[in-house]
Amino acid sequence: MFDIGPEQWTAVALSLRVSVVATACALPFGIAIGWLLARRKFWGKTLLDGIVHLPLVLPPVVTGYLLLISFGRRGPVGAFLYEHLGIVFSFRWTGAALSCGVMGFPLMIRPIRLSIEAVDRRLEDAAATLGANRFLVFLTVTLPLAAPGVIAGTLLCFARALGEFGATITFVSNIPGETQTISAAIYTLTQIPGGDAAAGRLVVVAIMLSLAALLASEWFARRAALRVHGE
Amino acid sequence: MSVLAVEVEKVLGTLKLAVRFQAAGGATALFGPSGAGKTSTVNMIAGLLRPDRGRIALDDTVLFDASAGIDVPPHRRRIGYVFQDGRLFPHLSVRQNLDYGRRMSGHPRDAGALDRIIALLDIGHLLERRPRMLSGGERQRIAIGRALLMRPRLLLLDEPLAALDAARKREILPYLVRLRDEAGVPIVYVSHIAAELARIATHVVCLNCGHVVATDGVDLLKDGDADAFA
Repeated sequence: MFDIGPEQWTAVALSLRVSVVATACALPFGIAIGWLLARRKFWGKTLLDGIVHLPLVLPPVVTGYLLLISFGRRGPVGAFLYEHLGIVFSFRWTGAALSCGVMGFPLMIRPIRLSIEAVDRRLEDAAATLGANRFLVFLTVTLPLAAPGVIAGTLLCFARALGEFGATITFVSNIPGETQTISAAIYTLTQIPGGDAAAGRLVVVAIMLSLAALLASEWFARRAALRVHGE
Repeated sequence: MSVLAVEVEKVLGTLKLAVRFQAAGGATALFGPSGAGKTSTVNMIAGLLRPDRGRIALDDTVLFDASAGIDVPPHRRRIGYVFQDGRLFPHLSVRQNLDYGRRMSGHPRDAGALDRIIALLDIGHLLERRPRMLSGGERQRIAIGRALLMRPRLLLLDEPLAALDAARKREILPYLVRLRDEAGVPIVYVSHIAAELARIATHVVCLNCGHVVATDGVDLLKDGDADAFA
């Protein structure tokens, strides 16, 4: 069942790397924006909420195109990052991680926001009277109590990143060893005569990885919930 | 000797709160019917609610002064607050709850203080439990211990017995009396039950509809429950 070639294994390894990096980089933003949306009132909040959720409803090709024109080497953001920080996204695995992170972000934000909203603010007040400044209140009360949602959001984002196709292939193309993730490899195999069998084997790998991510999410979230509520 | 001086105004919906009183050492009762503005008043002392106007000072520290633009945030006021509903942190053990204030203010560990308070409140056997596994009375004792262990300059108790049945109330009251006599921290105690306050208070401030209607010794409580003032 696993007699798939080295090229396919490369795609699997690349997918994992891209998804891990995408999720890890999205997490601080996810927590910060989740907190903003849950706890703050500010001008343009609805707009921010809308923009964050846009990748969920836009055709992935459109998200990929928008990334291409803004984060491409000649795009305004891409050019700035290249000139000042030497970061290149176009046609690199980092670009795949960016598009996967953007696509997974709405799935990450939602559970984080909901779980922060559910944290009892009276506990935060109690922490403040005990000498904790705002940041410490967040770190020692809000975040631990919101942990089940943070974990669920993280793993959903990871699972989404693992399966990303449209935005990634539009933004960074389909280069074996650089930007060819599992999905792109499966697509490529289905386009060549006799590639169906190899594609099928990669499909099995993709299903197993996604299932494992979902199960892990469930398990971690349940464990965190137990910890939060005591016993 | 005046310890706490409060003179605040705050509009809360239809209630116009204008409270002015001073509290010395010992236990000062804030007494009055529900909706009189007692909890709002202690929230303003703790810094959880911002007065519209006025001034709050503790010893020689100004905690709030609207005209001078002073508003010390709650985490720097060092005022212990025991809430009606305890508000223990559910994700921490009793020991971690007790230790929370010390950790947040970065004081060194003080085993002596911890032992004293554990003995005062009889909570030694509860330390490894989670708040969920405690009875209502135990929970309030931990909440009192947690507030004391942050070494407060003032202790606010907002109806700490309200959520308890009569038997639990009888269980806690002696601890509160001990607290007043032994902890050496001035107390502001909110309640609408005269009998409860008669045991604890040394001085009484009566509130009704957002105003102080009387201040005196515990004799004020003779007329019975706060609804008599309504």
